[in-house]
Amino acid sequence: MIKHLIDLFDSLLGAIGGHVLEIIEGMGQFAFLIRSTVQWLLRARVEWGQVLRQMLFIGAQSMPVTTMTTFFTGMVLALQSGSSSKHFFNEPLFIGTVVSFSMVMELSPVMTSLVVSGRAGAAIAAELGTMKVTEQVDALYTLGTNPIRYLVIPRVLAFLFVLPVLIVVSDFSGVLGGWVVANAKFRISPNVYWHDIVDNMEIKHFFHGFLKTFVFAFIISFISCYKGISTRGGAQGVGKSTTEAVVYSMVCVLVTDYFVTAILVALGIT
Amino acid sequence: MIEAQGVKKSFGKHHILRGVDLIVETGETLVIIGGSGCGKSTFLKSVIGLIRPQEGSITVDGVDITRLSDEASIAQYRKNFGYLFQEGALFDSLTVWENVIFGLRYLADDIPSSRYRKIAKEKLALVGLKDVEDFMPSELSGGMKKRVALARAIAAEPSYILYDEPTTGLDPIMSDVISDLILDLQKKLKVTSIAVTHDMKSAYKIASRIAMLHEGRVLGVAHPEVIRVSTNPYIRQFVDGLSQGPIQMKLKDYEPEPEPR
Ligand SMILES: Nc1ncnc2c1ncn2[C@@H]1O[C@H](COP(=O)(O)OP(=O)(O)O)[C@@H](O)[C@H]1O
Ligand SMILES: [Mg+2]
Repeated sequence: MIKHLIDLFDSLLGAIGGHVLEIIEGMGQFAFLIRSTVQWLLRARVEWGQVLRQMLFIGAQSMPVTTMTTFFTGMVLALQSGSSSKHFFNEPLFIGTVVSFSMVMELSPVMTSLVVSGRAGAAIAAELGTMKVTEQVDALYTLGTNPIRYLVIPRVLAFLFVLPVLIVVSDFSGVLGGWVVANAKFRISPNVYWHDIVDNMEIKHFFHGFLKTFVFAFIISFISCYKGISTRGGAQGVGKSTTEAVVYSMVCVLVTDYFVTAILVALGIT
Repeated sequence: MIEAQGVKKSFGKHHILRGVDLIVETGETLVIIGGSGCGKSTFLKSVIGLIRPQEGSITVDGVDITRLSDEASIAQYRKNFGYLFQEGALFDSLTVWENVIFGLRYLADDIPSSRYRKIAKEKLALVGLKDVEDFMPSELSGGMKKRVALARAIAAEPSYILYDEPTTGLDPIMSDVISDLILDLQKKLKVTSIAVTHDMKSAYKIASRIAMLHEGRVLGVAHPEVIRVSTNPYIRQFVDGLSQGPIQMKLKDYEPEPEPR
């Protein structure tokens, strides 16, 4: 009986230990990927053709979804803030302020990044994963280049260029969504809505959200590329990497968001 | 000259290569035969540095790939090689001609890009293909894919070519066409090559010498005519394609790929 318990404990420890080792190994490889990317960025000519191709791909693929998502988020914010201030103060106040601050500083960067993880991040992981299991990644090495230079760098750069643009568009679409509800449901004039925004918002509030986007771009692109090129085991492996790329990107975006916000607050950009 | 000495490689508990010794003379085509899963691809990939053996050395023109560690010198080493992948490994996001000239941009930087298309046409003609430049790889048949992959492997005019099962999965006529091509390339381009195959007809045709790989070691290397009449029971069994003999195909030799993590 006791021996059984000890055995059980042993195998449990073994399993946990195995997982921990796996996670540490994965983190090591991830760090290695980032290091090689920086090295190749400095060492070799950037493939701007590929960067452009990826920018168009990521942008075109994600823009409709991110714009629509944030438009509706803006609408919800206006509805919520309008009805609660009506409840407390008997009239809808500061809808423009609430919508614009929430969107620009927080919701537009985060929601856009989550949608892009699911859209472009998944596409990247699936594409690179397929290239890995069909030996196309090995072929890159035999043809004088390597996956970091030809695949990872263009995608990371494309993300760093495109995600901020997507997020600025989302800022506007969120505020526009809020305006539609403020106007249609609470009869707030565009003038008042606009003044609620510009009287309170400063450039640093915009930068609070905007600076986050670069961190998110970095996270999503590296995780998706890493999951893609470390794929093993055929079609099933590609499916697994794709799912993991999306899940890890989303979780990392949300967790990092807190810490980035804390840093920005400490720096007074808030 | 390619010189492999005591090359050992294992994946986890599986010892795939257990000390491979092999010399490929300049200008010859060495054919490696051996059953599926015996480590032929693993050996070829070790030669070009895609896989790093745990022990042993592989020296090409005085450079030991197993001792190179920085990416720049490994890339330099690989410049001398063309590699034909078992499944072609064509880039499916690029057209046929873009695939063919892909390596030129990195390997031969003195060629103006305006000439690429013309070069692609020439290389494709060399493997007997025309008017396929603008196709996508997914639109090609198996034999055409293999030939495009071959055109890509030879485009930068390497001095060494490694062929991984160049004729597997092709019909007998196409197999013979590819074998002729390989012979042709050897004569025209004077390359040194290693070809891995289990197609004996093709092996006899293209080989300067044949080596048999079994259980991670080279059983013997000999001229094709010697192999044809060899009395070694292992070689006999393989060459004649018999299920009965000293080579026992254990089921565990066909274990599925390890579970993805
Ligand atoms: N990257 C890898 N990880 C784990 N096992 C591998 C890997 N590559 C090959 N193997 C295993 O090594 C063995 C030999 O593979 P391979 O060299 O492809 O054989 P073949 O002679 O058919 O080309 C197979 O059993 C295969 O499962
Ligand atoms: Mg093989």
